[in-house]
This record gives sequence, C-alpha cells and structure tokens, in this order.
Amino acid sequence: MHIAEGFLPVVHCVAWYAVSAPFVVHGARKVVQQAKEHPESRLLLAAAGAFTFVLSSIKLPSVTGSSSHPTGTGLGAVLFRPPVMAFLSTIVLIFQALLLAHGGITTLGANVFSMGIAGPWVGYWFWKLSSRLGWNRNVGVFLALAFADLSTYVVTSFQLAFAFPDPVSGILGSVVKFMSIFAISQIPLAIAEGLLGVLVFRLICDVARPELERLGVLTPAVAEAVAA
Amino acid sequence: MSRKAIINTVLAVAMVAIFMVSFAIGGGARVNTENPEERFGGTDDKATTAIQEIDPNYQPWFSHFFEPASGEVESGLFAMQAAIGGAVLGFAIGGYWGRRKGEKATSAGAAPAPSDAVPEPGA
Repeated sequence: MHIAEGFLPVVHCVAWYAVSAPFVVHGARKVVQQAKEHPESRLLLAAAGAFTFVLSSIKLPSVTGSSSHPTGTGLGAVLFRPPVMAFLSTIVLIFQALLLAHGGITTLGANVFSMGIAGPWVGYWFWKLSSRLGWNRNVGVFLALAFADLSTYVVTSFQLAFAFPDPVSGILGSVVKFMSIFAISQIPLAIAEGLLGVLVFRLICDVARPELERLGVLTPAVAEAVAA
Repeated sequence: MSRKAIINTVLAVAMVAIFMVSFAIGGGARVNTENPEERFGGTDDKATTAIQEIDPNYQPWFSHFFEPASGEVESGLFAMQAAIGGAVLGFAIGGYWGRRKGEKATSAGAAPAPSDAVPEPGA
C-alpha cells in the first residue's frame, strides 16, 4: 500500500495531505488526551502502536506470487477508536519513508489516508456491526483486523487509479488493474492478520481486562455474567 | 489441554497453513514477466511498474533523501523495525502480565480482585 516516493502528481500529493492532516492532528490530540486521562492504559497504547510497527514491516508471500505486508491498524482501532490510529500510522509511515525508502514524503498524505484513516475506520465499523449483531467477540476482532487490512489496499488502488487513469478504459480500468495487483494478494494476508489479531486480543483480554473495561471495549464481568 | 490452549493453537496453526498454501500456489504463478526467476516480488513495486505502463511519460518528481545501499541493508532495517515493535509489544504485555500475577498472589483465596478505578461509562 506504500505509494512510492514521487509517484503521485503534485496536485494529488497536496490534496491527500490536505485530506489527511485534520485526522492526524485530531488523532494526536486523542493520543495525548488518552495518555493523560488514563495513565494506566499507556502501555496498551504503546502495544497498539507496536503491533502496527511489527506487522507493517513483515512482507509475506501471497497466492498471486507477490509479497505484501499486513497493516495491523485494526487492533488499535478496536481498543482506542480509529482517530488514535491516524497518528500512530503516521509515525510508522514517516519512519519507513525516511529510513527504509519505503513509501515517501510526497506520498505520505495518501498513504496515511489509506493505512491510518480508511483502514482503521472500516475495521472499527465491522467491530461495531459485529457487536450489534451479537456475534462472538473473537469474530468481531477477526473482521475488524482483516477488513482494516484489506480496505487499506483497496483505497490505495483507487488513489492510484485517480492519479493514473488508463488512457483507454479510464479510471475504472485503472482501478481493476491496481486492484488485481493489491487486493487479491492481500486476501490471504488479511485473513492471517485477522487470526493473529484474535490471538493477541485474547492475550490482552487475559492480562489487561480492567483497562479494556474502562475503555469500553469489554463490558464489566459482572454485567456480562448477568446478561449471559 | 485447556479449551483456551486449544483455540490458541488452532489459530496459530491456521495462520501457518495460510502461508504454506500461499507459498505453494504463488510459487507456480509467473507474475514477473521481465524477470521470471524472481518470485514473490513486492506489490508496491508492481504498482510502480503498472504506473509506468499506464503513463510511460510520467517522471517521479521527488526522490528519497536516503536510500538503503543494498537489499541486505534494507532487510536489516526492516528487521530493526520489527524488532523495535516486538520489543515494545512484549514490554507492554509483559507489564500487564506481571501486574496480574502480582494481583493473583496478593488476593489468593480472597474475592476477585476489584479493579482499582471507578468505571467510567462511555470512556
């Protein structure tokens, strides 16, 4: 999902910066607020950021014969709501743009939008939908992480298609072209990320239950027992 | 094995299975027409190639300040990223884990340890 440095026209570069900037500023405020109001959840905040840091560095083979990497943004979106992930993803993307020559400063706005804004929100909606339908919590976590990952790559495909419409088949033709590169490769990765997310979420539930209850991710044990 | 351990094991095995299947299927796909020997190239690079196919006249107007000198240096930096993330993740979960162990030790036999804070609705 990293659009390479210099590979978005100037107008697109500026436009995506303009779109993403308010989300990132709002996200940064939320991170500070979260750390101030709930000092005990600071470690959890670090864990959410670290999860994205690890997952976005690992390139994995896919069925299409290409390699791609997961995003890991769904976990933080479930734990702290999506705005926080806009900020945390920006840190990850800046790190990769400057040190790894992966992504870029001119494409940062677009990459932040796909990985740090669109992905986390889509994941969060799936988490909310799942809990509204009364599905098992593990299913909700799986869907949140898998769709945060997959939707990031779908958004990247559209971003590239807007910038580079096919001379014959137009934007739609380019969408198909970029989706065939990104989206299909990403399906098995998204499923695997969902499974890993369930594993990590179960571990966090085990050790940090009071924090999750305070964040409203889990309902307190007593209420849950009554409802069951 | 407890139910918890079984579920966790199944999840881990399923993850490994996904990548084994991906590797087996993807290994047969000839996706890189320019260099058929190279398998499992990055999708990000493929997208760059696709851009140049759509618009051969497009010139990237900006390049990196710093670029890893070789594939080895690059993979080392990626490993460093994973290591930093893994260390922080382990530290955070370890912190909570140690606290829970402490709680269990002090409240052994007593009522379930009450959480130390007032619940905040809608936090």
